[in-house]
Amino acid sequence: MESNPLLQYIELYKANRELLDRGSAPAMNALRSRACGILESCRLPRKGSENYEHTDLDAILAPDYGVNVARVPMKINPAESFNCRVPNMSTSLFFLLNDAFAATDLSLRKMPEGVLCGSLREILKSHPEVARYYGSAAEPENPLVALNTLLAQDGFVVYLPDGVQLERPIQLINILKSEMPLMAPRRILVVAGRDVKACVLVCDHTQNQEQDYLSLSTVEIICGPYSRIDYYDLEESSPRTQRLTALYAKLQEGADLLVDGITLHNGTTRNEYYVTTCGEHCRLELLGMGILNGTRRLETYSLLRHETPRCKSNELFKYVVDDEAVGSFSGRIYVAPGSVKTEAYQANRNIVGQPSARMFSKPQLEIYNDDVKCSHGTAIGQLDENQIFYMRSRGLSEETARTLLKQAFMADVIDGVRLPSLRDRLRMLVEMWFSGKGADSACAGCNPEEQSADGCRL
Amino acid sequence: MLKIENLHAEIAGKEILKGINLTVNAGEVHAIMGPNGSGKSTLSMVLAGNPAYTVTEGTAEFFGKDLLAMPPEVRSHEGLFLGFQYPVEIPGVSMVNFMRAAINERRKYLGEPPMSATEFLKLMREKRAVVELDNKLASRSVNEGFSGGEKKRNEIFQMAMLEPRLSILDETDSGLDIDALRIVAGGVNKLKTSQNATIVITHYQRLLDYIKPDVIHILYKGRIVKTAGPELALELEEKGYDWIKEMADKD
Repeated sequence: MESNPLLQYIELYKANRELLDRGSAPAMNALRSRACGILESCRLPRKGSENYEHTDLDAILAPDYGVNVARVPMKINPAESFNCRVPNMSTSLFFLLNDAFAATDLSLRKMPEGVLCGSLREILKSHPEVARYYGSAAEPENPLVALNTLLAQDGFVVYLPDGVQLERPIQLINILKSEMPLMAPRRILVVAGRDVKACVLVCDHTQNQEQDYLSLSTVEIICGPYSRIDYYDLEESSPRTQRLTALYAKLQEGADLLVDGITLHNGTTRNEYYVTTCGEHCRLELLGMGILNGTRRLETYSLLRHETPRCKSNELFKYVVDDEAVGSFSGRIYVAPGSVKTEAYQANRNIVGQPSARMFSKPQLEIYNDDVKCSHGTAIGQLDENQIFYMRSRGLSEETARTLLKQAFMADVIDGVRLPSLRDRLRMLVEMWFSGKGADSACAGCNPEEQSADGCRL
Repeated sequence: MLKIENLHAEIAGKEILKGINLTVNAGEVHAIMGPNGSGKSTLSMVLAGNPAYTVTEGTAEFFGKDLLAMPPEVRSHEGLFLGFQYPVEIPGVSMVNFMRAAINERRKYLGEPPMSATEFLKLMREKRAVVELDNKLASRSVNEGFSGGEKKRNEIFQMAMLEPRLSILDETDSGLDIDALRIVAGGVNKLKTSQNATIVITHYQRLLDYIKPDVIHILYKGRIVKTAGPELALELEEKGYDWIKEMADKD
């Protein structure tokens, strides 16, 4: 009989149920047995099956990763050892160290009245009005969600009551650091009430890059009526990091959500995005960018459900794939029978640098009414030789020409970033990446080991 | 300056240039004319180093150096400029970044330090005036959304920025209305010195009213079949290419 990699996690849960519950919050514990039941009765989707065409979940979950069930504290202060300095960007900074919220002096910064921001475990314990949102958006049957629900003990929560307009972005830095192979089941919950305006920036970093990690995250975003939420998810991990993230968002009437997934450095990544409209006049921008070389892999799966009339969505994912890297995009837009006046656009454009690199793309529209404007498209190609020659004829080296063209290719995704300082920073990171200056370091300019005394080495 | 001997070139296995001989000296303006499909644009592409074309025979020396051995960017650094018949649009790359990269790569090649931002912007401003190029165009992506005339003006603007020793202008007059033609030709004339040279490739005599050539060559079936003074252009305008074709085919 073939081995089922889920069994080791189910056994771990059964053997440590009390420990897990003790280190967590009742709202999280309440969902564990159901998640266990789901995992016991399911087999992981096979590589090649619908929606998992290029991700081998069996292989990703097979290694014997340690899980910090007993909540052994890490003796480092992330605020001291890690410094993400984006010029001109002042954020309210928080840290998750592996799967645990790391309280620092920075996280005590005063937030507006009623705002809760910090450890998921602590806030869910003390605030039932927040706890009721835990698990309210994510689909329990998704194996990634079930596994996360089974083992997650902590994470990060942002709770923004009606009317709050945050001027300063909230930045969460997820750090992976361990002396042994480690799995970090993290949970992120963002709840925004009516008329809220906020920006959340999540940066994934890996320290100790020689180690194997599995980052298993479930993100739930609840956008209240007429709220405007920007959620940026930037991955700068390592070749030995496996990342499985499922993001679920629900949009109430008039909500405006921007989700931007940026993969600059990684190992193997699968990002899933599930966004559902629950009221009229919602807007969604779903953007993504992947720059892959070496043997990195990035698979994006998205499902946008237009369940309500008069909503707009725009989805754009762009990849540049070089060397032996593999990229994959599978996007589906579903427009329900009553969702008239829907506008939904989806595009996936890719540049494949060498014959050894691979890109797969599957854009899908599923529309059940006539009164819509929808489009989807995909393109996979190479850089334009005429453009390269034109630039070379003006004295640019072939390398410079290619670098400029790749940067130009990513320009519209970068321009979609609404936070000016982050936009400038991304432009610079992408420029460095393509010009070879940032290709082998982790977060260029953010990596603690690389930093000079005055912070940023750029 | 430029000495081409017995130049043969092909694209996708089809021989287009079949033995070109041409010498250009400093201070000269040469016009290359000829019917469609005679190889005029191929000659310009081969001289600029377009990798889509293969040189199968012959030599080209540029200031005594083997031009054909140089990659396109080195030809540019050495002072060769090609004004494209169809300037390429490059969305996402701004004219400013493009030109700054071009100028600084040349300076690097020449062992000079990069130009400061202030100096560079001053140079842009000065050279824009040569072809009356709108500031808005200079701040947009390279050729993106430019009209035909604007694209050609932009070519001459780039020529002004790079100050080449030899400019090859491929059908710079095509797609230009009479005012634009005057501005573009005026720009070329302003840039002319006793130290540089120009090769003008054109179909029509019209451009040569504005840019006065010293020598006119007729290219036909991949060879220069006739070389004469400026009066040849008028003769062509009057009689067409048929008599040249007949003469060449007889040979």
